[in-house]
Amino acid sequence: MALLARELRLALRHPADTLAAVLFFVLVAALFPFGVGPAPETLARLAPGALLAAALLAALLPLDRLFGADAEDGTLDQLLLSGLAPPAVALAKAAAHWLTTGLPLLLATPVAAAMLNLPVEAWGAAMAALGLAAGFLSLLGTAGAALTLGARRGGVLLPLLVLPLAIPAVIFGAAGIEAAASGLEARPYLLLLAALLAAALPLAPLAAGAALRVE
Amino acid sequence: MLEARDLACLRGERVVFAGLSFRLEPGGALLLVGANGAGKSTLLRLLAGLLRPEAGALLWDGADALADRAAHAARIRYLSHQDALKPALTARENLHFFAQLWGGEVAAALDALDLLPLAELPARVLSSGQKRRLALARLGLSDPARRAPLWLLDEPTVGLDAASVGKLGALLARHRAAGGMVLAATHLPLPMPGAGELRL
Repeated sequence: MALLARELRLALRHPADTLAAVLFFVLVAALFPFGVGPAPETLARLAPGALLAAALLAALLPLDRLFGADAEDGTLDQLLLSGLAPPAVALAKAAAHWLTTGLPLLLATPVAAAMLNLPVEAWGAAMAALGLAAGFLSLLGTAGAALTLGARRGGVLLPLLVLPLAIPAVIFGAAGIEAAASGLEARPYLLLLAALLAAALPLAPLAAGAALRVE
Repeated sequence: MLEARDLACLRGERVVFAGLSFRLEPGGALLLVGANGAGKSTLLRLLAGLLRPEAGALLWDGADALADRAAHAARIRYLSHQDALKPALTARENLHFFAQLWGGEVAAALDALDLLPLAELPARVLSSGQKRRLALARLGLSDPARRAPLWLLDEPTVGLDAASVGKLGALLARHRAAGGMVLAATHLPLPMPGAGELRL
């Protein structure tokens, strides 16, 4: 908890990182109307997948600094010797990533959804899907960041490692938003997404903790 | 008591050191000296449990020290070459985080290295010597009931002025008087009377 509080305080002192991810998300969403043309039906058809993909890419941005900054300034050594278990360190990092990147993306969802002409009925489902998918990515990304720490091209390796694993989150998230947009029940898809998150919650920090220790 | 028996360490294919043995009694101090690249920092990281020895054993009171990493971590304070400070946090906030983990008084730890006047400044604006003092102030943080007996210091006096070296000397003397041990890698004279020397 002390680590989480510290991470949040650091994020508040450096709001640019969070802002960059949110702006990236909104700008990618804004590119779609230019690319596929402003026809409302086409856009609405694309919206669920585009939202998910844009959000996951935006959430990847701060990941390579998640442990990188701490490793460079020696903080990581102190954290590993601080008496905190490495998986607990990883879990705190993942939670901080979700709170400083996932949550702001969630708040920016209506803006991006409006640009993609997503029906207003589906905005609630879109926010829920994005929140869960971003949480899943925070956990996977923490494990990925721990594994690629110290690799020469870690920043490039990280998305290659994490994005394929995030495919299920895109499938269920987009399906949920699409269901809500066409007046169907989004709940089953969101529950599947929540199940993914529940599976990653213990596994990803354990993997990240083991990777940190080996380094 | 810390005892190293025939420690060896490899980095890649290169042998950094091998057959290294020494003992350190409570209250004792050992200076690690040697040329650049002789393996002083590597040895400190190994003693901290951050690296695995290739051969040999590290014993704490006769038992394998590295068998339980968490228990070993609780016994040591490690001052690395980097200061492990967050530039955006003030001096007080930087220490406060570790005080939450280890116990101890932030104000007293700051005062031990004469940092109280700088407590509210972000670490970003501190000079390199002041940052080093702040990193050293972390050594003063500990719950009196569960002190970390072994201090591993990597070039503790880099960038320090004479007055601060004196303050560090007082801190080290207090630690050793309470039965603590110090292992320091250095190129500069350290105020540690009666310290042994280990040449790598």
